[in-house]
This record gives sequence, structure tokens and C-alpha cells, in this order.
Amino acid sequence: MKIHLNVWRQKHKDSKGAIVKYSLNEVAPEMSFLEMLDMLNLKLAKKGERPIEFDHDCREGICGQCGLMINGIAHGPLKNTTTCQLHMRSFKDGDTIYIEPFKAKAFPVIRDLKVDRSAFDAIIAAGGYVSVNTGQAPEANSVMVTHDEAESAFDSAACIGCGACVATCKNASAALFTSAKISHLAKLPQGKKESEQRTVNMVNRMENLEFGHCTNTEACEVECPQEISVLNIARMNFEYNKAKL
Amino acid sequence: MAKTIKANIPAGELNQKWASYKAQAKLVSPNNRKKLEVIVVGTGLAGASAAASLAEMGYNVKSFCFQDSPRRAHSVAAQGGVNAMKNYQNDGDSIYRMFIDTLKGGDFRSREANTYRLAECSASLIDQAVAQGVPFGREYSGYLKNRSFGGVQVSRTFYARGQTGQQLLLGAYQALMRQTETGKIKLYSRHEMLDLVLIDGKAKGIIARHLDTGKIERHGAHLVVLATGGFGKIYYLSTLAMGCNASAIWRAHKKGAYMANPSWTQIHPTSLPQSGPYQSKLTLMSESLRNDGRIWVPKAKNDQRSPNQIPENERDYYLERKYPSFGNLAPRDIASRSAKEQIDAGKGVGTLQNAVYLDFAHAIAEYGKDVIEQRYGNLFTMYQKITGINAYEEPMKISPSAHFSMGGLWVDYDLMTTIPGLFAIGESNFSDHGANRLGANSLLQACVDGYYIAPYTIQNYLADEINTPKTNINHPAFEEAELNARQQLQQFVNCKGSKTAEEFHKELGKILYDKCGLSRSESGLKQAINTIQQLRDEFNENLLVPGDVEDINSELEKAGRVYDYMELAELMCKDALSRDESCGAHFREEYQTEDGEALRNDQDYAYTSAWEWTGNPSEPLLNKEELVFEFVKPIQRSYK
Repeated sequence: MKIHLNVWRQKHKDSKGAIVKYSLNEVAPEMSFLEMLDMLNLKLAKKGERPIEFDHDCREGICGQCGLMINGIAHGPLKNTTTCQLHMRSFKDGDTIYIEPFKAKAFPVIRDLKVDRSAFDAIIAAGGYVSVNTGQAPEANSVMVTHDEAESAFDSAACIGCGACVATCKNASAALFTSAKISHLAKLPQGKKESEQRTVNMVNRMENLEFGHCTNTEACEVECPQEISVLNIARMNFEYNKAKL
Repeated sequence: MAKTIKANIPAGELNQKWASYKAQAKLVSPNNRKKLEVIVVGTGLAGASAAASLAEMGYNVKSFCFQDSPRRAHSVAAQGGVNAMKNYQNDGDSIYRMFIDTLKGGDFRSREANTYRLAECSASLIDQAVAQGVPFGREYSGYLKNRSFGGVQVSRTFYARGQTGQQLLLGAYQALMRQTETGKIKLYSRHEMLDLVLIDGKAKGIIARHLDTGKIERHGAHLVVLATGGFGKIYYLSTLAMGCNASAIWRAHKKGAYMANPSWTQIHPTSLPQSGPYQSKLTLMSESLRNDGRIWVPKAKNDQRSPNQIPENERDYYLERKYPSFGNLAPRDIASRSAKEQIDAGKGVGTLQNAVYLDFAHAIAEYGKDVIEQRYGNLFTMYQKITGINAYEEPMKISPSAHFSMGGLWVDYDLMTTIPGLFAIGESNFSDHGANRLGANSLLQACVDGYYIAPYTIQNYLADEINTPKTNINHPAFEEAELNARQQLQQFVNCKGSKTAEEFHKELGKILYDKCGLSRSESGLKQAINTIQQLRDEFNENLLVPGDVEDINSELEKAGRVYDYMELAELMCKDALSRDESCGAHFREEYQTEDGEALRNDQDYAYTSAWEWTGNPSEPLLNKEELVFEFVKPIQRSYK
């Protein structure tokens, strides 16, 4: 397949970026999207040019490190799929593809397609845990968790922290990410006890970083590779109101 | 001169050793703990759990990872589960049984005391993870659920759908982030360790490179913990993440830490096959699929028919045929080697004829599609995303792929390497799995090392360091290490050859997979050593790294990792060559039984090979730790 690429290149955080055009002639449909970029990078390196910096690690959809805006859509055209799990069979011979980084004020560009998402770590540090030290835990079966509670908590806990929700949101809100952790822990008896404190701390931290507000467009859920539901945001609001009343 | 080394195992009965160690271990008072600093490199399950636990105790921890967040370390990708001895299923499980399963699974090439301790500490881990909010699978009653896994006859595996590693890691990561907020942990993401710094023979710090800026930094502490995972990525095509590497442990090795059994690599039987030369990694499909899937190949060679057109009597369900009592649940080494036999015999399937079928048609007929979907839905979806094939309608194609390093830095019972003050935990050490790791024991070992063992043994070490002042990073040892690291990086950039690190890595991986992978032979290994030496020379002369040292530069990162792989690869071949027996994942073609099973030689090879760096990668020195089986008599492993 022949593929035309328009890729965002930016030297440093504060430098001005621009779209640069490239073409590849020998793209195979079985290739993953990132393997296609590997191919381009090899070509660039051989010509003595700087390869395109992009983030990736596990390449199996679970570490959350990859994330590109592909034709304006976070992680590209396939539903519930990370960038690394997208394959070139989703494109046609002769297609032109625009590739940009996840853009948000809270995610500054490091170089090219790499962004700094450490703001997510800062939100978790504010309260996204159960305060239990190693060694304090009681026997695991002493606190029952129903099948449905566990499954529902898992649905929220499945978030991979990729940031597609923020990149997609017109306000660059981190509501889906933050609420998924709040809900995961609030749904379990082990995490319920400190839910109010946790919610207030995490929401305050989110506000203090450079994320925008949630205006309930629900775009985040559509783009989320892990199908994290916007009901988590409702749950976050509920927990927050409960804490503040 | 070669030495016999000792592991400092406490005396006494097997089930009393760890208890007596803990009872006698030295302590540090809370007032003194806050004066002591610990560096932990790696934030996977072992690193994050150790860092969090030590910080909770009051130590000052510096935590490093090369990923952009500690939550992304490769423990995140483990799918199937974590083993623990709870005997919730009342199916005859016990600590002793779990110990025996692990020892036997490892083909009697692990240390009795360590393996027993792994089983002994397993139950506490489940308690801890549940308390952290890990959403393990539950019965409708609310009790924890279990599943069975390869190589055992009880159900002791706990799981969180097909994302057990992710959920356990999030628990440990959250515990770690909680401590960053208290200030007890200082986090250094996007940092790669370049060298270990020794002062007066003790590990006192590291040289690290900030990957976003290229800036080289010095970090000092009272001791260093490496939790940097496995190096299966040396085979290039593997189930590991792209960034997984051996550099931290290899550079520690070059500073005096012994490498144990480096050639023992688990080749996982159920990964997706390579589809072309551009392929960058092989995705793992959880071993749990073998609970219901049946593995087969066509009986005829080069059979080009689609799988559904091949009638029952023309299929060979070779695992069921060869191992009737374990069948498709035979341990990983056996399942992988059997697949290779079939592929080598020309019976491989798929366009590159490099795969075997994993078929769910029988299970779907027996239980219904709904049940199979409930059990493995996410894996079927993942399979379809990658291959475009619907596995409910036709069999999956799977093939063996490099997965787990049983080998790693040699450690004693305290998990301390041969360098005082340098500890290695999780997959980066060699300790518990012998020559083959059982499924779902990897998450377990990482957690047990980090939560339950390192905090005791590290404190025991630190008790003698309470009067040692903070490490001075202006010490000449730091200056020298930084200078060396800087010069090496500059050499990579200055080389200006014509081949990228990735191209060299692909070549190296192919050599290793062919000659030091599923099966090894004397002539093949000798040939591989030769080729690796030539490739290493070519690497030094013809490497192409665009960009600069003091800048973000992925190509430079890869170059450093591949450079280390080039040296380690030769040691792996030498290790495999030095062991004239077959055991677990180490299968030497010259040493097999009449029906093609591994032929172990306990008389001559019941030892751990602990290799010492001599300054020349082609002349490593072999030291031995004798494996003494005080409580269990090694038997011939049989899964027939």
C-alpha cells in the first residue's frame, strides 16, 4: 500500500511545531500502525534525519503509553482500540493520514508526538489509593465483595491512563480519568471508608492542574480504548456532593 | 579462579527457615530510618511494592523508571493470574504442595529454601492486594474465585479477568504514589540507569540519564535495589515491551555482580505468530486459553487447506497424544518445544508456516459460545484486533515466543547480589523458578520479593549502615562512572555508520532464537558465539545513531540497550554450552531420552551457574552454587 503521512514535528516544548509530509510505498496491511511509523523512522534515520519521537511500550494495548491523534481521532478510527493495536488494514491504498500528539494544556509536548502526562500521576498521588500499608491487610475472604461489585469495580479500574479522554475533550477535562479511579475504589468495601476525603482531594488536584471542566459532551467515552463509562463521572459528582454537604 | 559460592540459607527445617530469619534479622529504629536512603530502579510489581513498603517503614526512597509513568512497567501486561496457597477450593493444596509444584516445574534447578519461601508468603499477597482494592474475580456468594493453570493439578490461581498484572500493578503503583505525596518517595520517571556506582566495594548509587533532556545525573544512596525485570527482548521478537532491557543488570554485572543461568529463557507457547519482517513484537495470548482450547496441526506436511476443511482424522492433537494426563495443559517448556517439533517437521500453519492451531470448536460445542465468551471474551477480541480473524469461527494460530528470563543476577537468600548493598528482586534475579517458571508464579514472585522479603532483608543490611553519612555524589567513583557513561554515549553518536540499533537487534535476536532458543546444540552454540562476536564488531564500527547525546533521543536509548545485549548474548550461548544436560527450558539436543524428553544430569549439573565478568565478554568465569536437595529427592519430571 502507498500511504501519505502528515506528521506533527516539534523540537521542544516551547518551540513552534508544524506538519511535515512523508510518503511510504511498501506498507503491508498486516502491519500495526506503530510498525508503519517504525518503517518511516528507519527511512529517516538512513537519510541522516531525526526520526519521529513517539511514545509506546507494550504494544499490546495495556500499558497506556502510546497515544496519537490519527486523522483527528484519539487512537484512530477503530472503536475501543489503542494506537498500538490499530493495524494498517484499517486504511486504504493511497490514503492520507494526519498524525498529531495528544494536545492539552496539561499535556505539554516533549518532542514531536511525545507528550508529558505526569499530571495524571499527580491526580493519583492526591488520593487514588486505599490507605493500607504492607502487612496491615486482614484475611482476603473476611470481607465479602459480591460478584457484581467486583465486576463493576473492575470496569472502572480497567483505565490504562493513556489520556485519550483528555485529548478528545474540547475542554481537555480529566473527569473521566479521575472519576474512574474514584468509582473503582468507592465501589469496593475496602475503598469506601475514605471515599469522601479521596474524592475531594483528587477533584481539587485535578482543578489545580491545567485540565478544563467537564461539560458532559461524553466524547471521552466514545474514544476510550477501555470503554470506561461516563457514569463514572456521575458517580464522582455524587461522591463529591456527598462529601461537601 | 572459579569459586563455589554460598547462598547464606538459614539452618533448620524448611518450614522454619524464613521464620527464624525474620526472628533474628536486625532492625533499624524509626528515628534512624529517616536518615537512610534507598534507590529502587524499576517500578513494576517488584520495584513499586518494594519502594512503597520501604517508604511506609520510614526510609527515603528514590524510585526510577524509564517509562513516562510508573504504572506502565511491563508487569502491567500479565494476563492470566497470580498463584497463592489459600486452599479456598479444598482441593488438597498446601504450602508444601505449591513448593513441590514450583520445584518440579523448574526441573529441580532452583533453591529449595527460596522456592519454599515463595509458596509460604503467597497467601499474604492476596490479602494485601484485596485490601488495596484489586478487583479479583468473585463467586456470586462474594468469595474469591480460582482457576487452574498449566503444570499443576489444583486451582490456586487468582485473577482479575485477563488483566491480573494490570490490576496488581495499579495496587502497587497507587501505594507508591501515596508515598510520593508524603515525600518519602521521590519519583524519577523517564530516567534510565546507565551505571552502578561502587564506593569501597559497596553499591552506593547510580548514574542515570533523563530521557526527556539527555541530561546525565548522579544519584547516591545507602544501597541500590534493581527491579528491572527480564531481558527476553534480547530475542527481538518477544512478548515483552519494546523498552524492556538488560542494561541495568548487565552494567551491574560488569561492576561485579554475578549473572546466574542467563540462557534459561521461557519461550511461551501461546503467542501470536510473526506475520512479516516488519514485525516489532509478538503478542501473548493468555495460557488460560489452554484450559479449553485444543492444540493441533494437520497430519500431512504443507497442508494448505483452511483449518475447518481438515477432517478430524487428519488432525494431530499432539499434546493430548504425547502427554495424556496433562494434555493441552502440559507445562510451558514442553508445550513450546512440541510446537517447534511440529513446525520444524513442516506441519506449521499460516502463511509463514510458523504456527499451530488452538481450536475452540469442541469447547463451543460442549459449553456454548456464551460460556466461552464469558471466559475468554477479551482475548478473542484482542485476537481479532490483531489478526482480523474471528476465533469463534476458526481456530487461532499461535506460536512460541520468548517470554520470561528465569536467569538473572545471582542473589543469596537475602536477595543480595555478590556486590554488598546491591539487591535484585523480581524477574531481574534468578532465584525461584529454576529452569522453567510455572504460569502465574511470575506476578507472585515479583510481589513477594517486593512486599515481604526485601523489606526484611534490606533492613537487616541497613542496620549496619546507620552511622554511614549520606553518599557524596562528588566522590571520584561517581565522576569516573559518569565520564565512562558519557563517553560511551558519545561514541555511539560519533560512529556514524549505516545500520540502526534496531537492525542489529533484529539480527542478534534471530541468531539467538535459532541457536539458543527452544533447542540448543554444541555446534549451533559455537557457531552462534562466532556470529555474535562478528556482529558485535560490526556494531562497534557501523552503528548509526542520528541526533545528540544531550537531547531526547530514542535511537540513542536503543543503541545502549543493544550494545549490552550483544555482550549478554554471548554469555547466554556460553552458559548453554557449559551445561551438558537438558533441564526445563534448556534443551540440549545431545541430551534427550529415547522419546525426545529432556535428559537431566543431577550428578554433574545440580548447580547454579554464576558467571563472573572478567573484563572480556568472551572470557567469562564460571562459579558454581551447588544445589543441595536436603528435603526433596529430585525425580524425573513427567507429565505423561
